[in-house]
Amino acid sequence: MKARITVMLKNGVLDPQGRAIANALHSLGFDNVEDVRQGKLIEVQLKAADEASAKGELDAMCRQLLANPIIENYRVELL
Amino acid sequence: MKAAVIVFPGSNCDRDVAVTLEAVTGQKPAMVWHGETAVPRVDLIVLPGGFSYGDYLRSGAMAAHSPIVRAVKDEAKRGVAVLGICNGFQILTEAGLLPGALMRNASLHYICRDVGLKVDRADTPFTNAYAPGEQVTMPIAHKDGAYFADDEALDRIEGEGQVVFRYAPRPDTGDSGNPNGSRRDIAGVVDGSHRIMGLMPHPERAADAALGGTDGRRLFESLTH
Repeated sequence: MKARITVMLKNGVLDPQGRAIANALHSLGFDNVEDVRQGKLIEVQLKAADEASAKGELDAMCRQLLANPIIENYRVELL
Repeated sequence: MKAAVIVFPGSNCDRDVAVTLEAVTGQKPAMVWHGETAVPRVDLIVLPGGFSYGDYLRSGAMAAHSPIVRAVKDEAKRGVAVLGICNGFQILTEAGLLPGALMRNASLHYICRDVGLKVDRADTPFTNAYAPGEQVTMPIAHKDGAYFADDEALDRIEGEGQVVFRYAPRPDTGDSGNPNGSRRDIAGVVDGSHRIMGLMPHPERAADAALGGTDGRRLFESLTH
């Protein structure tokens, strides 16, 4: 089974990289850009009996390592 | 005082810390490789600066789950003092031994220079050789040093007196203070027991009069008292 995990900084946590990207887009003339947030995309290939057990295990991976709950949110999708 | 320095792949301040520890305590510290599963019986464990595991995923994240850090957690539970400097601070927050997180500097720049610090707490095992409120100078060298915790956590950390060092302006050099966007100017914190401390500045790089001052040396001297 393959999963895609998206890790993003929580709302309210300053994202200086996102801000720098927004500034660069403005300087290229993309004046409609209002905000940019940058995150991480992690793909995991795993063995699992069913979707529920895969989701449970992926959730544990995110909580223990893949995301830092103090600053980040995550979303798990099975592909 | 016996000390151990944990060496991760990518640590680069381990030998600087060892030199300082030997100068202060008269004994060579044990150098413990990250693949070990036990720390020798010591009074102090130092997690040094560097780029453990190449800063993959998040600075300190991989090291926080290495076998040796599990052993460090066990030693910390027994009351052994643990000091994390720079990357070591990042590892201690990622391991859940200290509150908060260290994020990308607000400027996005790697910053390597002396900064002014105010000693908020001079009654911890790490800072008893300083005067409360004293202004000191130590270098920083990091890209991920912006201290973050949410408002509620910051209130709790401050309420419990866990902030030990804060960035402070240096009128003598025109340094305006907070170099990296740390919330509430926080540069170093202790855990609730005051036996575990992390800080972003490098006290071991300010521990020899011939090499940029001695304000950091007193942190190690504090631990011998």
